[in-house]
Amino acid sequence: MKSLLVFAAILFAVIAVCTGCKKKGPEPFPKSGAIAGWEKTSETRVFAAKDLYQYIDGDAEQYISAGVVSTSTSDYKYQGQLEATVDVHTMGSADGARKILETGTKDAKPIQLGDAGVAYAQSIIFLKGTSLVRIVAYESTPDTPQALLALARGVEAKL
Amino acid sequence: MKTAATGAVLLGAQGAQGLIGKLDQQAELGKSKVVVARDPALHGTGAQLDEKRVLALLDRAIATYTGRDKPVEAWKRIVPVGKVIGLKVNGLGGRGISTHQALVMAVCERLQQAGVKPGEIVVWERDARSLQACSLTINTDSSRVRCYGNDVGGYEDQPVAFGSVRVKLAKILTRECDMVINMPILKDHELAGITFSMKNMYGVIARPDQLHAGGCNPAVADLNCIPAIRDKVRFTIGDAMTSVYDGGPGFHPERLWQPNALIVGEDRVAIDQIAWQMIARKRAEAGMPTLEAAGRPPHYIATAADATHILGTNDPHRIHLMEV
Repeated sequence: MKSLLVFAAILFAVIAVCTGCKKKGPEPFPKSGAIAGWEKTSETRVFAAKDLYQYIDGDAEQYISAGVVSTSTSDYKYQGQLEATVDVHTMGSADGARKILETGTKDAKPIQLGDAGVAYAQSIIFLKGTSLVRIVAYESTPDTPQALLALARGVEAKL
Repeated sequence: MKTAATGAVLLGAQGAQGLIGKLDQQAELGKSKVVVARDPALHGTGAQLDEKRVLALLDRAIATYTGRDKPVEAWKRIVPVGKVIGLKVNGLGGRGISTHQALVMAVCERLQQAGVKPGEIVVWERDARSLQACSLTINTDSSRVRCYGNDVGGYEDQPVAFGSVRVKLAKILTRECDMVINMPILKDHELAGITFSMKNMYGVIARPDQLHAGGCNPAVADLNCIPAIRDKVRFTIGDAMTSVYDGGPGFHPERLWQPNALIVGEDRVAIDQIAWQMIARKRAEAGMPTLEAAGRPPHYIATAADATHILGTNDPHRIHLMEV
């Protein structure tokens, strides 16, 4: 009886640890200072596909139809001034991520990042595997494109 | 002042609801009046909004609409005294494409000068995040202008229905506000075509995501027919100072545009019709396909004007457009 209880306790612990691992997942958001000048200014928030409307209602459907599984997001600030948001969409397949990437405008400038990427004056979108990353700055300054690219490379390295 | 559109006479359904003091110009013309007030210098040479100019633009819009030059007199014709006035803003798109704080502040200032007590003003949206996107600070202290979301106010337990929609309404709408001034921001919308006056009501219900089928048609029109919305939401001060003409409703800086305008009126359908035209012109200018060609014309606008809904008019000949 005692050995049965010990076995049950071990089994429970293993299940708890595995479940915990699964929920935690990778953390693609660089910490403050990890990328020169960038500070992480908010907690990471995670939305399952069914709850994505709470974050981007109206926009959510295009991600859902492309097979989004979950979306993680965090805010950043560059040199205490330039604010930006990083969204990491985990898609069901790389095709889904590519589908979203290809909806860009003619102003998009291709960049070498992940499997494919494009840059605009105030935003960068790239994909790596099944992750689709969108980084948006809320101001256009001379430093914005380079600062965003540095942050994007930091995210890419963690994927 | 530039006026446009002449034609058949219509006493819009909005007119029947009436604003305090009756806006006689509208009654005389028998059309739905929509004012588009612009200030090309609103964003100066950079992308930053010159907040000092917003109050003057608002005053010009309201003066044109009411026919009263003095702001206090003009506002007294719009809002009742001793009642709770809700300002339903829109912060869904996040920072950069949300109802501007400067406009909300300007409206609050004029409301108070017209005799509305600070605690009788409730600025609200879906949740704290959306309000923060508008750079607004949460406040539930009733001695000051209140500002909080449905996440604090909650939703009614019992759903209400009209046509295709069955929804739970925000208690801020049903229990707090006597009248609501709708303060959306003009945006392209991936599903609905555009989002402005009527679509902003998706922020007064739980689970708006369930009303997205069929390009939000007829859901937007049906939702606006629910009595608490139809009767209380009586005036729109639409923020078209900044807009996205494609890729909305989220913030897409590469598709950002600054119309530098406010769109004001009582007829929510006429306002959305004018808003659609503005976005259509901008898309044509940018060499983009029309919303029809893109497969997402805002059909809900015509639905809202039909004999079942009678929310207003989408007929350009029945809209008295005043551009100032």
